[in-house]
Amino acid sequence: MPGSAADMTMCTALDLLQAGKLSSRDLVRGLLDRIRNSDCLTGAYVDIDEADALRQADAADAARASGARGRLLGMPIAVKDVINVEGQSCRCGSRILEGYVSPYDATAIARLRSEGAIFVGRTNMDEFAMGSSTENSALKVTRNPVNPEYVPGGSSGGSAAAVGGGEAIAALGTDTGGSIRQPAAFCGCVGLKPTYGRVSRYGLTAFASSLDQIGPITRDVRDAAKLLEVIAGLDSMDSTTADRPVPVYTDLLRDTLTGVRLGLPREYFVKGMQPEVEKAVRSAVDVCRGLGAEVVDVSLPHTEYAIATYYIIATAEASANLARFDGVRYGLRVPGAKDPVEMYGTTRAAGFGPEVKRRIILGTYVLSSGYYDAYYVCAQKVRTLIRQDFDEAFRQCDALLAPVTPTAAYRIGERIGDPLVMYLGDILTAPVNLAGICAMSVPCGKTGQGLPVGLQILGPEFGESAILRVGYAYESARIA
Amino acid sequence: MVSGVNASGGIDVAYVAHLARLKLTESEISTFQTQLRQIVSYVHKISELDLSGVEPTAFTGSIRNVFRADKVKTSLDRDRILRNAPAVVDDQFSVPRIVE
Repeated sequence: MPGSAADMTMCTALDLLQAGKLSSRDLVRGLLDRIRNSDCLTGAYVDIDEADALRQADAADAARASGARGRLLGMPIAVKDVINVEGQSCRCGSRILEGYVSPYDATAIARLRSEGAIFVGRTNMDEFAMGSSTENSALKVTRNPVNPEYVPGGSSGGSAAAVGGGEAIAALGTDTGGSIRQPAAFCGCVGLKPTYGRVSRYGLTAFASSLDQIGPITRDVRDAAKLLEVIAGLDSMDSTTADRPVPVYTDLLRDTLTGVRLGLPREYFVKGMQPEVEKAVRSAVDVCRGLGAEVVDVSLPHTEYAIATYYIIATAEASANLARFDGVRYGLRVPGAKDPVEMYGTTRAAGFGPEVKRRIILGTYVLSSGYYDAYYVCAQKVRTLIRQDFDEAFRQCDALLAPVTPTAAYRIGERIGDPLVMYLGDILTAPVNLAGICAMSVPCGKTGQGLPVGLQILGPEFGESAILRVGYAYESARIA
Repeated sequence: MVSGVNASGGIDVAYVAHLARLKLTESEISTFQTQLRQIVSYVHKISELDLSGVEPTAFTGSIRNVFRADKVKTSLDRDRILRNAPAVVDDQFSVPRIVE
């Protein structure tokens, strides 16, 4: 047993729970001890209810003793602060939701709960998931568990820091332009962004509704497969969920890549990329070749337009979605306004941080009269071209291999003063959300400074089985 | 009149912020003015492309209507919803006066 139960993979811990060699109480207590020791350093969590976590663990142990057998019975899952868990806070990293208590479970949470999972705490994030470093949280600073001088990535930085730093065995994040894959890469975890429509968004506080997806952040690929097979599937509460069966992904993992064709998109090996990142990814490609995969070059010619397109579409949708935070139904209200319009203005001014305000203004601008066609409609057309690029690439191969980010994690404070530089870091992740396809980040090495590098494995719509298979084979070969 | 652009060709941040019901300070307006000028000139990059004949994509995946029988179902508990509200009067959300 490696040190403590808090360091195990989820599937290993589940086997021990199942065999009666580990209780959920001991598992949760081990994690809470770890959090008490480490969280002052990483700042991964924004809210933890220890007593409630132990109560849930005891209930799971009692259920197992009386014969219950949920697929995740007694397993603690950390949850990004943007996903509703009944009875817990859900502040979305913002001051505007101070005091809010979720009156219901998100569908992904309800599915985990029905398999016996328990919910220990809420993880930090960029406010309303707008950011790539978790520095936009209004609640606290989160640090990279590998080196506390560095950002954990974002927006799901708290979930990735918790899993990477041994403060959570597995977590949920959300990904609108890279917010699962990039922090997973920066913190040395596995992170999977499912196909749009694979996982219900009900109970996820919306940022950009046509791009958002919930997905797992885990210690290894098998754990990601296991969580995905529980949370995925049709939901009557989200009309964009796909009506197609959810494979048992964990049954489809294989050690070899014989017969698998992998593409290398040449535009993803960009100029200005950190050489150590490119080297780590290229050696991962060699490992896949050694496992029997055929590797071909492909092109995604509209990649250079993806960030411009993404920041038009995502901010447009955000400006509409965030209209709901008006001081009427929940959260903050600044008192003293003489009419509702003044109340909206003062409440939103006090409740939102600078990045959220910047994006609301950009989004409102690109939707406003006179600019709608020039920006919003044009961006939607470029989105079509980006989709077609991927369609063409996936006619030639089963999955694509690429870096997750052009560089490894950067220092806290290094990029936060220049929003455009921060946005450009999403160049290799945002196209996936625009196209609605799936992709995963798997650790593939470290820089000379010891910072993790992520290999991105991209698959077509509902190609989760393919990317999990590639990720699992690669990970097994790398560890062996 | 097309509003939203100021004399210098950037976004008129004060005007757009009003549309978005955000009351900004003078210093926020001036910071955002500079930053958004840079961001808008970057996103303008998409105008390099010839987009004639390209259909827009609003979302990916299939969209379908979700129907159910028109029967009363239990919804979220009213008291729990109202507990999150900043001001409540007679089981209703309370806001400042709208009409005289």
